[in-house]
Amino acid sequence: MTVWQKLRPYGMVAPAIVIFSMFFIYPIFYMIYLSMFDWNFVSPTKTFVGLQNFRDLLAEPDFLKVLSNTTVYTALTVSLTTGLALLLALWLNRKSLFHGFVQGAVFSPHIISLVSISLLWSWLMDPEYGLLNWVIGLAGFDPLQWLSHPSTALVSLVLVAVWKGLGYNALVFIAGLQSIPAEIYEAAELDRSKPWTTFMKLTLPMLSPTIFFLVIINLIGSFQVFETIAIMTQGGPVNSTNTLVYYIYEYGFRYFKIGYASAAGVILLFIVGVLTIVYFKLLSRRVHYR
Amino acid sequence: MKAANDTIGGPAVAAPEGREQRAGLLGRRLVWRRAWKAALQVVNAAGLLTLVTIFAMPFVWMLSTSLKTLPETMIFPPQWIPGNFVWQNYADAWNTGPFLNYFVNSVVIAVGILVLQMLTIIPASYAFARYTFKGSGFLFGIVMVTLMIPAQLIFLPVYLELSTLKLLNTHLGLILPFASSAFGIFLLRQAFMQIPEELLEAARLDQAAEWKIILQIMVPMVKPVLVTFALFSFIAHWNDYFWPLVMTTNETARTLPLGIAKIREVEGVATWNVLMAGNLILVAPILVVFFLSQRQIIKAFVYNGVK
Repeated sequence: MTVWQKLRPYGMVAPAIVIFSMFFIYPIFYMIYLSMFDWNFVSPTKTFVGLQNFRDLLAEPDFLKVLSNTTVYTALTVSLTTGLALLLALWLNRKSLFHGFVQGAVFSPHIISLVSISLLWSWLMDPEYGLLNWVIGLAGFDPLQWLSHPSTALVSLVLVAVWKGLGYNALVFIAGLQSIPAEIYEAAELDRSKPWTTFMKLTLPMLSPTIFFLVIINLIGSFQVFETIAIMTQGGPVNSTNTLVYYIYEYGFRYFKIGYASAAGVILLFIVGVLTIVYFKLLSRRVHYR
Repeated sequence: MKAANDTIGGPAVAAPEGREQRAGLLGRRLVWRRAWKAALQVVNAAGLLTLVTIFAMPFVWMLSTSLKTLPETMIFPPQWIPGNFVWQNYADAWNTGPFLNYFVNSVVIAVGILVLQMLTIIPASYAFARYTFKGSGFLFGIVMVTLMIPAQLIFLPVYLELSTLKLLNTHLGLILPFASSAFGIFLLRQAFMQIPEELLEAARLDQAAEWKIILQIMVPMVKPVLVTFALFSFIAHWNDYFWPLVMTTNETARTLPLGIAKIREVEGVATWNVLMAGNLILVAPILVVFFLSQRQIIKAFVYNGVK
């Protein structure tokens, strides 16, 4: 083997590795470093404060509110999206032209920019002239304040997230359903298994890797929700929709408290990190029996 | 039941009557079953139509609003078809900012990212898939860690880094962090690993240069995965709002999504007709592409997730 042949693989992976190191790996350490300083971005000196930023954060009622908002938003979004998507997949899992069309329609929000979705839904949820109030009016309900009231704003954002993510999730489920070998169902039929039993004992376990995959990516995605909040509510009314990434953004770019914002970033990194590690741990163990 | 027995074992005389009775019973059951089936089909079709409505109506509403006058947007209950189609809204939206500039920026950045990603992920994934070399485990570890870190999480340190490198408000600053893709390497590596070695033997016997083998034999084999990834990457970066928002402080390098979001600041919060016109400028191209190549796009997004 010549020297060139020995060096070739390194040369081939180098560009990618350099990019990752510069813009993903190094920034993590830099953020952890910054989280231990007091710095306003302009001043030439950074003051070392140790873990003070973390102590401040955890003592700050606003930050605790942000954490609870993020958790509530994530829990609702993930459970609703995944659950409804499974039902939808069972319903839409047929290969006809019409079903293909319906699948396409349900999927379409997934490839639309979050900016468009946020603006569109701000308008749909307009308390005075919005279409949504008209629709629920047809069903006999009183108009809602949607994004303008602290009690409904967060749930309204969940609604938008579910609307956007449902189709993608359902199609992933359908792909999962179609990968279950037909012979297993034939065997179940021969055993005169009832549909419900077949679903619980066969479909669900076979789908568990898919369910798991979706729950995790929905979790990670929801934890970093930003666009809808930045455009639709700016964290309000009265902090009711302020979530982690938006909080970091505000403290970093509006109040220039870099150390404090970095500390919040480290906490988010920790949450997402734990979720991913759990994901890969369980993935390597394989969720179903195969 | 009795009639049925008769037809089999009973006297021949009774047979016609019994047969008739049985046919009637079966017939009635058949009618019921058919009616039940038809009812189910109607319910199913109605459900599917409702579903399509839930997902299509907002877009129709967007189109309808974009052609209204401002007073028409404030009619309640809402009107679906505007009295006069006000195409001016589109011009107004376009004129709220340097939209040509936004558009060019969007194209330059999305295409720039895509080209650089192709140049970096093809050799890297090939090396990870087909060569054994010291430290490959560690280097692939870096890829996996990157795969797990969402860019949304580390924007603050990257912002400071780009500011030190004097890359804020430049195209390069928006392109460089995404010049490679861990997800792409992950996908492509699997595709390269699945190509059987025998395919290469003929080329090896010819003593073809390694780069020729890669470009002329291997890359064409993974073309479907490349197309899939390209679609995925282009749509993601075309739509991106967060990154260009965070990494720019002026208009020089800003993209379409930012321009659209800014209409509100220029035109006022409640000018929904102009806002929806702007929104349609952003959405329409993607929706058109989607309906033209729905299958490919769904495959790109969905099946990559499953694998």
